[in-house]
Amino acid sequence: MTARLVWENLKHKPMRSLLSVLLIGVPVTLVLSLVGLSHGLSEDAQTRARGVGADIIMRGASTSKVAISFSGTTINEKYIGLIEQYPHVKMALGVVVKPVELPLNVMGVDLAEFSRMNGGFTYLHGVPLQDPDNDVLIDKYYAAQRHAQVGSTLTIMGRPWRVSGIIQGGKLARIVVDKKRLQFLESANGKVSVIYVKLDNPALADQVVEELRKDENWADFNIDTMEAFTSMFSVNNIEQVRIFTYVVIGIGVLIGFAVVCLSMYMAVLQRTREIGILKSLGGSNSFILRIVVIEALTLGLFGTVLGILMSYGACWVIGALVPASIPMIIVYSWWPIALVITLAGTGLGSLYPGLSAARHDPIEALAYE
Amino acid sequence: MSSGLIIETRDLRKTYKVGKVDVSALRGVDLSVQPGDFLAIVGPSGSGKSTLFHIIGGLTPPTSGQVHVGGRDLALLTDAGRTRLRKRTVGFVFQKFNLLPNLTARDNIAVARYIAGNHAGPDPEFQELLRFLGIDHRLDHKPNALSGGEQQRIAIARAIVNHPAILLADEPTGNLDTENSKAVLEVLCDLNKRLGQTILMITHNPEAAVFAHRTIHMRDGRIIEKT
Repeated sequence: MTARLVWENLKHKPMRSLLSVLLIGVPVTLVLSLVGLSHGLSEDAQTRARGVGADIIMRGASTSKVAISFSGTTINEKYIGLIEQYPHVKMALGVVVKPVELPLNVMGVDLAEFSRMNGGFTYLHGVPLQDPDNDVLIDKYYAAQRHAQVGSTLTIMGRPWRVSGIIQGGKLARIVVDKKRLQFLESANGKVSVIYVKLDNPALADQVVEELRKDENWADFNIDTMEAFTSMFSVNNIEQVRIFTYVVIGIGVLIGFAVVCLSMYMAVLQRTREIGILKSLGGSNSFILRIVVIEALTLGLFGTVLGILMSYGACWVIGALVPASIPMIIVYSWWPIALVITLAGTGLGSLYPGLSAARHDPIEALAYE
Repeated sequence: MSSGLIIETRDLRKTYKVGKVDVSALRGVDLSVQPGDFLAIVGPSGSGKSTLFHIIGGLTPPTSGQVHVGGRDLALLTDAGRTRLRKRTVGFVFQKFNLLPNLTARDNIAVARYIAGNHAGPDPEFQELLRFLGIDHRLDHKPNALSGGEQQRIAIARAIVNHPAILLADEPTGNLDTENSKAVLEVLCDLNKRLGQTILMITHNPEAAVFAHRTIHMRDGRIIEKT
């Protein structure tokens, strides 16, 4: 019967119910979109890093131990030859990294060496770099974002580049140019930003990293296994993202709380007489409170469902507009979390109007017009 | 207090605070009602009859005096105790019907049973009563689809669905035309005769009062005449 009362109450003022559900759904969408964005960025970066096919990554010592950036182009290329002489090292690949549109990087790569390490890029359209000074390879997501085709001219780093090929995503970078050309443009001839190392036996990665860290010749480098490096991209390992997520969740709870508090307070005012009727029938204070709280939780439940549906919409819109810059995904594991957060906010928001309803004097409530 | 009475009040007083002014609504009411009685309470506005109704129904506590309903001293009851009294001991019928507008007639009756802790469906006698009230075919309609007379008969059904000891009717014909008023009064009379239902009815209408066994007249918070 309580469910019937709650359902009929929600149906009685459909516009109020729909607006409440919408306003609860919006912060749910924001939270799920933020989580989808951070997980998407993280997973995309991990996938591309793993796609390089290396076992060890060496970055300049100026980079933070936990930072996932590559800092500047500071590593002398002579180290590539030196590391290739190290036990168990099969080959090494130096890459120049130039950040452009956040969070995108242009990577300067020697395509022949890159192919030797992992078989090279898969070309969906076009061919490898024909004119190394002016050609660029872009992946299909960046091509979609820039509406580019083979032969298109794109302005990147303030100068025009001709798209010679569109590659399958998931390997190293979304934008690839010739290594020497990028070194020249960066005034970093003979230097790279990062060295990827492939071993003759990937199972020895931890052992080789330990040995390199102990070796004073390599003291100026941050050296990690690719597995450890890619784990740094995990959302849970990025403190700033975690804090930001918590702040957005807090705002979401606050909005849900405020929406439900206002909505249910108005509903309680409108239903003063009905509350008096229920009390005249012997409805206890806890019965009245329960109806208000359950109604609010129902709004919270529908708001969460709507929020989830709207997050699919947000994902589709972002995927259509900026698929390369913001690789948002749907994170199913956050649905129950979003539900709990929303129910907490709506439950708390219903307490004041619920207690206010429960405290109504039955005679005054029955006389309410 | 005398045993055998279903309602008994002694020197019952109620004072309301309106702003900073104390208003005496009841100024010493002595009343005795036997089980099965049908009592009409008449009097002008402000005479205290609604306040008496509210105290006997457990909607508000008295300021002083004694009031026993169904063997319980209401002056000693807490808010929760008065809530329990309203569940099973008294049933209300109001001038404005006071049906829940969002629910069908059937659910309006069901909610009273639910609140009283009775989760089973109505018993066969009650189904028969619905037929007697002439509303058994109107139960799936919401109040806005029912006439005033039908709404009041639904309200009566709701008031007695838990078999309360006392039915309190506050101007039950106040919002009805002559024909529907007569029908509702006949229903109350019949309930009193058939089921021995104790009924207290507030009314302004002398023609309604003649349906009761006894009438008490109130003025200025006191009973001034019993007929």
